Amino acid sequence: MMYKDKLIDKVFNVINISIMLLVIVVTLYPVIYLISKSLSSVEYVKAGMVYLWPRGFSLSAYEEVFSNELFLTSYRNTIVYTVLGTTINLVMTTSMAYCLSRRNLVFRKSITLLVVFTMFFGGGMIPNFLLIKWLKMYDTIWALVIPGAISTYNMIIVRTYMQGIPEEIVESVRIDGANDIQIFIKMILPLSIPVIATIGLFYAVGHWNSYFNAMLYLDEKKTYPLQLILKEMIVEQDMQGMSSNAFDVVNEQPPSSEMLVSASIVMSLIPVLIAYPFVQRFFIKGVMIGSVKG
Amino acid sequence: MMINIKKDKVGIPNRKRSLAKEIANQKYLMILLLPSLIYYIIFRYVPMYGLIIAFKDYDFMSGIMGSPWVGLKYFKEFLQGPYFGRLIRNTLKISITNLIFSFPLPIIFALLLNELKNQRLKKLTQTVSYLPHFLSVVVVVGLLKQLLSPTSGVVNKVISTVTGGDTINFFMEQNWFLPMYVSSGIWQELGYSAIIYISAIAGIDPALYEAATVDGAGRWRRIWNITLPSILPTISILLILKLGSLLEVGYEKVLLMYNPSIYKVSDVISTYVYRAGVQNANYSFGTAVGLLNSIVAVILIVISNKVSDKLSGNGLW
Repeated sequence: MMYKDKLIDKVFNVINISIMLLVIVVTLYPVIYLISKSLSSVEYVKAGMVYLWPRGFSLSAYEEVFSNELFLTSYRNTIVYTVLGTTINLVMTTSMAYCLSRRNLVFRKSITLLVVFTMFFGGGMIPNFLLIKWLKMYDTIWALVIPGAISTYNMIIVRTYMQGIPEEIVESVRIDGANDIQIFIKMILPLSIPVIATIGLFYAVGHWNSYFNAMLYLDEKKTYPLQLILKEMIVEQDMQGMSSNAFDVVNEQPPSSEMLVSASIVMSLIPVLIAYPFVQRFFIKGVMIGSVKG
Repeated sequence: MMINIKKDKVGIPNRKRSLAKEIANQKYLMILLLPSLIYYIIFRYVPMYGLIIAFKDYDFMSGIMGSPWVGLKYFKEFLQGPYFGRLIRNTLKISITNLIFSFPLPIIFALLLNELKNQRLKKLTQTVSYLPHFLSVVVVVGLLKQLLSPTSGVVNKVISTVTGGDTINFFMEQNWFLPMYVSSGIWQELGYSAIIYISAIAGIDPALYEAATVDGAGRWRRIWNITLPSILPTISILLILKLGSLLEVGYEKVLLMYNPSIYKVSDVISTYVYRAGVQNANYSFGTAVGLLNSIVAVILIVISNKVSDKLSGNGLW
């Protein structure tokens, strides 16, 4: 009996380890495949002969992408939107969170209710769209950075964190004559850096990755962010894929649209992949902070 | 009634005075709060006011106030229209399939991770599996299209080798939409959704396991009688949230994955709102569809919260 149990245990461990390895492989393979495709030469890509590693190493796709004015502009745009948007997010979110964390704030309950209600119900896509037009924000950078200035969920996370800062610290500074704005900037913000870093990363990734608001609120191509350009490339690739299919034997040899798409996606991934190992722990912390009921 | 008024007469002046004093005392706090309060009013509550265009024949020139009332015309138009059944069916089908597959998998994944003895493999698996969460939907769909491309994708290469030349144009075939949608979602979120369970498991008192081992409980007994019950509150809260959003299939990924030849199985309420409302500038109609959707969503989340509260004592509020 004991022997049998031990055997079952061993078998389980082997299966478990295999499952984990499978998860790793399945997760990484698409990304590696894409990178390899972007680094291979046209003949191999078109013939579908790239499986894992690059074949016929070539940087032609990257040369093409780097000479594409639209792509470079969109890359710059995304950086600007992400930096500006995240700054606005943090200023608005922390200032509101601080106010709501003060227990003696007048109308605290009503304001909290007003805010939490928006987590469950909202105007929706079209009223928001009309609002942006009405505010003359359509086709401006503000349409991307202002409407989402505060995520209620993140704000509540920060508020809960700030409530955990001992009252005595605040009171001691107040007695020295500091007002609420000074307390907020000099005391509370420095003490809240861990949570601010976490939600700052959440916000930044959100800006970096979003395409829909840009599609809804921007008209001028020069102002498009990277993700929207990628989206158009991916959609276009389908059409080109269909037409080039008939000719690709005869034609030669600029990088195929698939390689361009791959290279562009890789370029969009680079900041994420570089930052990921460093910021990973913040994200995990963020999920756990968020899971505290508040 | 009389008594109430009397009470108020005594009460209000005092309270008023002290309230005014309180506000004066907190003027810096008020200054700090003002921008975000204005933000909530303009960007969250004004759109709610804008919902009244669902009951009007909105056109841009006459504005919200100037447009004529039409009552429930647009709601009727949607409910009796040709797409209503299809949209509800697709939305429910996608979110229920998604729930069946993507809800339990992270729990199983967290349990398996917890049983892993090799700490380095555990760390590595976690690090790798969280990564896709940080990729954008555009990138995820881009990866999918590269893998499945009928001309050069590796999947079709394998298929054509096996079948001797046949390929599948995945993005054009109705049957493939749902499997692609759900599996790419699992690929992206499996690890990240497991974090919350992993941390719940980490919070379990090790003494429980020791006691169980002493009593002769094997691995399965420990999982079944200790680990699972301990993370049950977390599971039930997340399940409420999922059930509450059963009618919300996000437009962001569907918009990237669908095309007219598979609208029949992939068009959902939110993408329809975008197409009918924004692209065709049918603002009142789109708003009506969106409003109907969010009312049902609120009802769903209230119901699922009540049920969970009754069954397990774990509610959201």
